[in-house]
Amino acid sequence: MSTAVTAEQVEARVLAALVTFGADADVVSRDATWEQLEVDSLDLVELAQVVEDEYNVEITSQDMQHLLTVGHVVDMVVERAA
Amino acid sequence: MVTREGCAIVTGGSRGIGAATARALAADGWPVAIVYRADADAAQATCDAIAAAGGRAWPIQSDVSDATAADAIFEAAEAELGPALVLVNNAGVRADGLAPQLSDDDWATVIDTNLTAAFRLTRRALKPMLRARFGRIVNVASIVGLQANPGQSNYAAAKAGLVGMTKTVAAEVARRNITVNAVAPGFIATDMTEGLLEAMAERIPVRRAGTPEEVAACIRFLVSDEASYVTGATLVVDGGLTA
Repeated sequence: MSTAVTAEQVEARVLAALVTFGADADVVSRDATWEQLEVDSLDLVELAQVVEDEYNVEITSQDMQHLLTVGHVVDMVVERAA
Repeated sequence: MVTREGCAIVTGGSRGIGAATARALAADGWPVAIVYRADADAAQATCDAIAAAGGRAWPIQSDVSDATAADAIFEAAEAELGPALVLVNNAGVRADGLAPQLSDDDWATVIDTNLTAAFRLTRRALKPMLRARFGRIVNVASIVGLQANPGQSNYAAAKAGLVGMTKTVAAEVARRNITVNAVAPGFIATDMTEGLLEAMAERIPVRRAGTPEEVAACIRFLVSDEASYVTGATLVVDGGLTA
């Protein structure tokens, strides 16, 4: 049985994950860039693991090069989980 | 004994350096998954010895050169012993021959088992380690990866590859409290070196082969809390042979 994944759910999960990686909760938003959040490449690898484990969506290192904001990740997860 | 909230995985753990390492880590409180390919009796004997000493060990049969082995090994270890926070890549094979006579199979077999499998296991190990913000990976290389040994170009390539992989992965994950190191044993008295030692002893400054326990002691240190600032290093354990 599968449940439709909503953008709101994914966004909430991604934001929560980024905060656990050390991003400032006051700065984290859909439009924030990794630089603004001080999120590094290893954080993004961990974020990809969370997404894979929880939504069964694989984000490759090639994908990562095009994902510049939180919103980009959320959109990709929602699209691929559909 | 310290209680650990995770486990250690030791490949090639049924005998030699692997078995000695499993015993040493178990003595430090790590539940140990002993990965073996063929010798179930030896793996079980190592597990029994660890249990008799008050530790915990679990045998896992697997051929690490199989591309699907890493997931299977980690799933089995974690189901029985908890998240894997220590990995010792020790499994290794030899297929010696001078380069002109070394077959593609001899080359591929040694690279697959000694290097590619270690990478796949390392990649898999980093998942729980990144999550835990802690990890210890030790790759069992060889002085053959650092210095010429005619007849072992495949083995040398694999072991030198392990040293290079160790350094780079160490730098990638250092900020997560994960260390990645190698040991480079010289001539150690194990099944793999049987028949070679007499000829070598004269060249070794300490005039004898090393023991698996002497290598295991170095691995135990690299896994310990005391080694938290050691990463990307290759610790040579060779009785002065390459000094």
